[in-house]
Amino acid sequence: MRHRLVVTRAMPPNVVARIRAEFDSPASGLRDLSAEEAFDLAANADALMISSNLKMTAERIAGLPAGVKVLATCSVGYEHIDVEAARARGLPVTNTPDVLTECTADLAMLLLLATCRRASEYEAITRAGWGRPFGQGEMLGLRVSGRTLGILGMGRIGQAVARRAGGFGMKVVYCNRTRLPAELEQGATWFPDFHEMLPHCQILSLHAASGPQTARIMDAAAFARLPEGAVFVNASRGGLVDEEALIEALESGQLFAAGLDVFAAEPSIDPRLIALPNVFMTPHMGSATVETRDEMGFRALDNIAAVLAGRPAIDPLWV
Amino acid sequence: MGLRLAITRRLPAAVEARARATYDVVQDAADAPRTAADIFRLAAEADALLCCPAERLDAATVAALPARLRVVATFSVGTDHLDLAALSARGIAVVNTPDVLSVATAELSLLLILMAARRAGEGERLVRAGRWGGWHPTHMMGVGVAGRRLGIFGMGRIGRELATMARGLGMAVHYRNRTRLDPAIEAGATYHGADASFLPLCDVLSLNAPGGAATRHWLEAERIARLPRGAIVANAARGSLIDDAALIAALRSGHVAAAGLDVYDGEPRVDPGYLALENVVLLPHLGSATTATREAMGFAALDGIDAALR
Repeated sequence: MRHRLVVTRAMPPNVVARIRAEFDSPASGLRDLSAEEAFDLAANADALMISSNLKMTAERIAGLPAGVKVLATCSVGYEHIDVEAARARGLPVTNTPDVLTECTADLAMLLLLATCRRASEYEAITRAGWGRPFGQGEMLGLRVSGRTLGILGMGRIGQAVARRAGGFGMKVVYCNRTRLPAELEQGATWFPDFHEMLPHCQILSLHAASGPQTARIMDAAAFARLPEGAVFVNASRGGLVDEEALIEALESGQLFAAGLDVFAAEPSIDPRLIALPNVFMTPHMGSATVETRDEMGFRALDNIAAVLAGRPAIDPLWV
Repeated sequence: MGLRLAITRRLPAAVEARARATYDVVQDAADAPRTAADIFRLAAEADALLCCPAERLDAATVAALPARLRVVATFSVGTDHLDLAALSARGIAVVNTPDVLSVATAELSLLLILMAARRAGEGERLVRAGRWGGWHPTHMMGVGVAGRRLGIFGMGRIGRELATMARGLGMAVHYRNRTRLDPAIEAGATYHGADASFLPLCDVLSLNAPGGAATRHWLEAERIARLPRGAIVANAARGSLIDDAALIAALRSGHVAAAGLDVYDGEPRVDPGYLALENVVLLPHLGSATTATREAMGFAALDGIDAALR
């Protein structure tokens, strides 16, 4: 008999196909479920596959029926899950790391290029009919190549961004709790202290996990330590940024521009950010390629299948 | 009396300052592409003319240039707006600004590729319009570029810079060129001497060839049909390389998943067919629009003028 799986979100077609082939699943990833519907269905389920929209608080985890043997989130982040409560209950929880590394690093490079070259302003002009010549000294952007890129958080994604920056002849500096071994460092310069690194960053890209140590790490003092006219990129988590300070830095010219894929209160966005021409903003699409979204779904299913078969989870969030 | 330099457009301040330090500069406040009549007026007593790519110096215009003029410099790498044969026949030297904009233009090619593949223009407009409903697993899925094949049409300086950048993104580079590069600068890219072997490999096709009659409408319906279904097309070279009607049809049918364009046939006019599409990124010819690049272009043009008048 097949295991019963509740999938709370609409999934890409290839993932739906695999859910249907391998599990007994009521909605099978064809549509989004409300929290109520999800918990009703969970009464008979062996496993739950969710994403960041479903908050798994301590109370909800405690209330899950005993039959639920694994909770898999189809995301790398897990701020929406009370992992300690799951551990207390002995419920395995998994995420989907690794598979979105390249794709998120590409989006960070996209934001970096788009902000330096003023793509949002320019595309709006073209779509409005263009129709006027630009002076050769007018509306100029920044050349990316040869600049110094600072990376906060040199995990898999940070390293993938550093590799890309190498193709542009950029100098890379990074801040991480620990220094990378030389073969991974690839000539980048390590700064143990974030504020010490900031004055070197003509471009700064965040790739740290969110947590108490990184919450609002980009505050007014941090923006002030960047060189004037720096470019700021965030394709990690909105919670890393004090948006009041960001808006102030964009309006004052302390920042030349910002490229943002994540926001403090997404999907609602401060209207002052939307009004700024020197921002390039995308709707949290770091992992939004067909290949990666398929792989994220498959990875979540692999984790579920492993636990249900009595094997250890591949990507456990607690051990 | 000093040598006289006519400049048709406003240039970055550092460039104008250097021009004034060396020459008696003839310039006016207007900053738009000039007609032949404007050019005759500005260049009437000039030894050198510094013009821009939107200004055509065809045979008739060249014939009417003043006898004193010894050099024409264009603030561009392209020279398709100049009748080189007519200028040569009159003994007027021609100067362009190669090299200095290769990196900036290659960056823009890569930006177009990424924005098209990842649907960034569409995402930007969605967010700015306040229509974003939140993250979900099937939202705004684009095409990943890592591990895909990038085909570069025209492997000159810009194409080679782009190849270096693309390798950092884990792309496999193929190129179509008249001649094969020295293996040392090829850096592992695969050469194609014919369209037939090249086009079916292009998950992403970037045009980086010069304009002119030889490449006019190179990317037309038949060649588009040979691209793999779902290909991405980027053009930061010359608008004349693309048959717009054919590309628009392919973008509508989905044969080409998305395109990124910085140049247009007949620009600044943009085919209205593009404006109606979400799966196209449209930028207004800004390949060289960085401060460092535009200054370097101006200095290169002045270097060329200095050498020609020496």
